[in-house]
Amino acid sequence: MDIGKTKGRIFDIQKYSIHDGPGIRTIVFLKGCALRCRWCCNPESQSFDVQTMNTKNGSKLVGQDVTAEEVIEKVKKDINYYRRSGGGLTLSGGEMLLQPDFALALLMLSKRNGINTAVESTGFAPYETIEKLLPYIDTYLLDIKHINGEKHKEFTTKDNALILENAVKIARDAKKCIVRVPTIPGFNDTEEEIRAIAEFARNEMHVEEINLLPYHRLGRDKYDGLGREYLMGDVLPPDEEKMERLRKVCEAVGLKAKIGG
Amino acid sequence: MNFETMDKIKITERVKAIKERLIDSVPQIESDRARLITESYKMTENLPVVKRRSAAFRHILENLPVTIREDELIVGSATKKSRSCQTFPEYSFEWLEDEFETIDKRSADPFFISEEDKQVLREAHKYWKGKTNSDLATSLMAPETLKAIEHNVFTTGNYFYNGVGHLSVQYGKVLEIGYEGIKKEAQEKLEKLDVACSYYPARRSFLEAVIESCEAAITYAQRYADLAEREAQSASGKRREELLKIAANCRNVPRNGAQSFYEACQSFWFVQLLIQTEGSGHSISPGRFDQYMYPYFKADYESGKITLEEAQELVDCVWLKLNDFVKVRDAASAEGFAGYSLFQNLIVGGQDKGGNDSTNELSFMCLNATLHIMLPQPSLSIRVHNGSPDELLMMAGIVTRTGVGLPAYYNDEVIIPAMLSRGVSVEDARNYCIIGCVEPQSPGKTDGWHDAAFFNMLRPLELVFSNGKSKGEQISIKTGEVETLDTYEKFFNAYKAQTEYMIKLMVNSDNAIDKAHALRTPLPYLSSMVEDCIGKAKSVQEGGAVYNFTGPQGFGVANMADALYAMKTLVYDQKKYTLKEVKQALEANFSAECGLSTEELTVKIAKELNDNNVDLNEEIIREIYKNVKEQAVGGDKRWAELLEDINAVSKFGNDDDVVDEFAREAAYVYTRPMEQYRNPRGGMYQAGLYPVSANVPLGAQTGATPDGRLAYMPIADGVSPGAGRDVNGPTAAANSVAKIDHGIASNGTLFNMKFHPMALKGEEGILNFVSLIRGYFDRKGMHVQFNVVSRDTLRDAQLHPENYKNLVVRVAGYSALFTTLSRSLQDDIINRTEQLGF
Repeated sequence: MDIGKTKGRIFDIQKYSIHDGPGIRTIVFLKGCALRCRWCCNPESQSFDVQTMNTKNGSKLVGQDVTAEEVIEKVKKDINYYRRSGGGLTLSGGEMLLQPDFALALLMLSKRNGINTAVESTGFAPYETIEKLLPYIDTYLLDIKHINGEKHKEFTTKDNALILENAVKIARDAKKCIVRVPTIPGFNDTEEEIRAIAEFARNEMHVEEINLLPYHRLGRDKYDGLGREYLMGDVLPPDEEKMERLRKVCEAVGLKAKIGG
Repeated sequence: MNFETMDKIKITERVKAIKERLIDSVPQIESDRARLITESYKMTENLPVVKRRSAAFRHILENLPVTIREDELIVGSATKKSRSCQTFPEYSFEWLEDEFETIDKRSADPFFISEEDKQVLREAHKYWKGKTNSDLATSLMAPETLKAIEHNVFTTGNYFYNGVGHLSVQYGKVLEIGYEGIKKEAQEKLEKLDVACSYYPARRSFLEAVIESCEAAITYAQRYADLAEREAQSASGKRREELLKIAANCRNVPRNGAQSFYEACQSFWFVQLLIQTEGSGHSISPGRFDQYMYPYFKADYESGKITLEEAQELVDCVWLKLNDFVKVRDAASAEGFAGYSLFQNLIVGGQDKGGNDSTNELSFMCLNATLHIMLPQPSLSIRVHNGSPDELLMMAGIVTRTGVGLPAYYNDEVIIPAMLSRGVSVEDARNYCIIGCVEPQSPGKTDGWHDAAFFNMLRPLELVFSNGKSKGEQISIKTGEVETLDTYEKFFNAYKAQTEYMIKLMVNSDNAIDKAHALRTPLPYLSSMVEDCIGKAKSVQEGGAVYNFTGPQGFGVANMADALYAMKTLVYDQKKYTLKEVKQALEANFSAECGLSTEELTVKIAKELNDNNVDLNEEIIREIYKNVKEQAVGGDKRWAELLEDINAVSKFGNDDDVVDEFAREAAYVYTRPMEQYRNPRGGMYQAGLYPVSANVPLGAQTGATPDGRLAYMPIADGVSPGAGRDVNGPTAAANSVAKIDHGIASNGTLFNMKFHPMALKGEEGILNFVSLIRGYFDRKGMHVQFNVVSRDTLRDAQLHPENYKNLVVRVAGYSALFTTLSRSLQDDIINRTEQLGF
């Protein structure tokens, strides 16, 4: 079968993204995720169903069924910016691992067109699924949210055992893997918690790089739009000073650490 | 060389102090030049015009007050006060006298003027009644042209009221051989003239005028040497040494060739200042400063005569001088060119005549000077070609990131071929610089007459809907009532025909003004530094330059693209509305802000009927009222729906090939016909696509348009997408813009992008920014410039201008102090799409 015809469900394509992998990138957001992180800034990404979301400019339908070919045509439009900057396509979500055939098609088509690829992923899927994609991924941006399984489950609804197990394998098998930590006040923003993640990344995964992504509230209105409660309440984003302190903790472990993507 | 090297070279206390004084000064109008030129003209009635000009130039330079400002290293000021101006009554003066009582309070570029100066000017102006350039130009224009101007289809006001300017002279030649050298050239030519030649009288007059002008420039510098010596006597310590050095510099340059980098800077400044004292044209552009100054820097630096820090301070001082004098324009033009700007464009980087990269230490120093000074002048530009070093572009990115609105980026790979297509030689094309806002020319040998007109591309569309009428008057050709335009091709062809007719009238207007400049205000001093004026023994204004062009700029490409595409979709494809309905909706401004109540409208219609000899009675009036009310209600809803439908149609600026093709075609409607016309100097017309800032005031004269733009709102600037219409980020906008054929718009195109500083954070941010420019240029974009500033900053600057005195923003082609802009332009800047890079 022509892989270009592979169907999938996305909810957005965002150009000139410069914080999700190297260079200038186009992010394709796939719909559906297994986790329900409380701080998620894309709540409309979580359900696989096409949803109606109210926005300031009226209600809109979130979720669109497309073929891989259609998506790649749009991604190709910025190809010269990728070449100039070392950028390319980033698959994000939701979780691209929940639509593995579609993700594979997008990644393979990108490679055929000489486009650099990255994924942003929770790593929450059977490893056989992940393994098939790896040859076509240049940079795997893997989220590690917490080392403590119970706390992980409390805030994301899923246990982290599979994620941590996969993390070691991904780091071993991927061309390049960068660990990303959404840094969430009241969840994982103590020095101990961040150090635990950093040590896991350094000592178990043997990766070189870690990104700390400070919590932000830009997705809050979308919860209202979906008629959902925003569980983070009035939690404030961590200040720069604190982020810098946490960054130093990661550096002390021996990682190249950066605030933001 | 890179940013780290430059970062170590800090701004000096002297430069800081001069800058502070400059920012705090209040722009003033001084009357000395007007008085002196009038005195001279009264004494030279018997001379040919070119010699009257040189005699006046000499008289001015022998008597204009000379001033050395506190702490200055580079001297020469046309005005006693900082950031002030002289006036040029020989071009036009009525507007100034009309504004005497309001000019200090007007919204764009206010000036203080003393009662004494007003009196002197009034006296001088008496002489110029009926003798100015604009008087003559008007008499040379066709009646239908005057009518079109009256109805705001285009404006040629810039050169109608002022000098032409808009060129870059042979600075390098003055640095090398001085005015003694140029004088000698003219003398030799004079000696070789054939007395029996029919051109002898004209040529001799011109060459004598060149000689007199060179002598006047030398005299002026000597007066500065004298003044510096006098001031040195009463000074002490370090300043005394400095003044003696200044005196020695002014004794030698620009009389002779420069012997040091310091002398080269001083000589450069005299040239720059005096061109703008001889004539009132703006956009006198230093051009490739980093190239012609380089030999002097290199020699001094390599021999240890100067350190990088010392050289930087001199460059910084030149930058300050470029901000020290300004220009007064009439209120309408001031809106269009807001920000007191003189558009002295200075460009770094690029290629040499052989095509090799020509970046050098001075290229970096020029960027660093702008980082130090953070003021709008010079209009700093950078040339980008495939071989440009990334270090230079990153340094430029760092300057952009500050929000100073500089530099503007230009693409060699598009501009050089575009110039070749206009008959410029490959060496000259590779040596191009930018004039004024965005106009490329080969420096020292071109009279580009860039900026020849603002052509509002939306007005011909209005004329399609009105069948050639404006405010009830037939001002253009008839292209048929809208009902008869039953296919898209007919509609589009009507637009083409209206545009082509108006272009013809614009050419008529430009040529009339061009001729007036040749007859009334030839500029022998300027001409002495433009190849091949001495060779041909005629002034720039008479066609003495090697290359001659006229470049009028159109604007509104994005609105036209969106309008044509919306009409194609809604009227011709979907047949949802008729063109007649669209016409009614436009007249009603989509009912969006219906200016008149039903009662007012009734009165208006009744009055019109009465004027047309219709007998009115109560019954008729009641009938009118009923109709108006019904129509308004019926119309209201439908027009609002139409507006919604128009807004839902795809728009230019989102990398949508279908609608972008309409932009390409709309641009061609303006750019292609231009190529067939010739100017009186023997050159061709070439179109530009940029508005400076005229898109705001001229938008205020334009009714609602079928792209969904409401009446009197700003028109899209340059080739940028319509305000708020590009919603897919900077790469999509850039890709759309690059689909327009920039090469045929060889007088320049302008693409404005606004960036939030977050998108430029850190080294990575800068690298991505450079890649964005490179990517846009790969697609054959010609020019791009950036506003990096947050919306909130600008809002706050409107509320508290006192805190933002040095906030510079780029306004379509140049930088200006934000607080000096009119409120409407400030709002326009704030409303442009913010390209958030996260």
